[in-house]
Amino acid sequence: MLHASFRPATDVFGELNRLQSVLDQVFRPQERSSIRALAGSAFPVINVGATPDAVEIMALAPGLDPASLQVTADRGLLILAGERPAASPGRREGVSVYAQERFTGSFRRVVSLPEDADPARIEASYRDGILRVTVARRESAKPRRIEVQ
Amino acid sequence: MSTELKQQTAGKVAAAPHVIPPVDVFEDESGITLLADLPGVSRERLGVRVDGDSLLIEGTVEVAGPKDMDIVYGEAQVPAYRREFTLSRELDASRIEAQLKDGVLRLTIPKAEEARPRRIEVRVG
Repeated sequence: MLHASFRPATDVFGELNRLQSVLDQVFRPQERSSIRALAGSAFPVINVGATPDAVEIMALAPGLDPASLQVTADRGLLILAGERPAASPGRREGVSVYAQERFTGSFRRVVSLPEDADPARIEASYRDGILRVTVARRESAKPRRIEVQ
Repeated sequence: MSTELKQQTAGKVAAAPHVIPPVDVFEDESGITLLADLPGVSRERLGVRVDGDSLLIEGTVEVAGPKDMDIVYGEAQVPAYRREFTLSRELDASRIEAQLKDGVLRLTIPKAEEARPRRIEVRVG
């Protein structure tokens, strides 16, 4: 499979993988996702990290116009939405399409934020196709050292 | 030959874990255009190599985020991409152009001059 030359556009196994990853998401959300999740339904693919000061959400969303990205926080949910236009030139004469595996269309992903996240202090940056959203934790929630008198 | 040695050689042949990036491939009169999603790969960490008739795209992801971060939910766990293609003979591998923008690689592979379709004039005689 690694050494395959240009794959045909209608890839039956690609469809099966996509279906599989949809099922995985519905029935086994806690487990590791398939290595092929990238090519499948979930766009963008998301990693969530935690530090003592913040929650970091990294969305692998290549080829987007940062201005078209919508990042909203609403009642403990962080919503990433936007649209990715098709890159192929369309079906005109003299153009053959051999593979169309990249995601196109509108997307929306929702991440639930932990209780101590501060929706007033959210920063988002976009670099090399990765959207990074940093949600600060509330001051009161941070671990602190208590002086012994 | 010991089993240990055999395992070592087998390990060398197998590639490191990687993700197969999704691609779009289309062809027009001038050549083939290939688009590959490589989020997180910077120009310095991207390799596009042509060896004979094989085209190899590889890249590694710069791990973003602070050092003390714990991943609590991870859909993307493999920070490397790799995919190989076989080029056909009418493509001119020496004039491949590569462009990387916002994690999308665009390769333009032109056809060799003699392989381009041309219109043959029909003369009335």
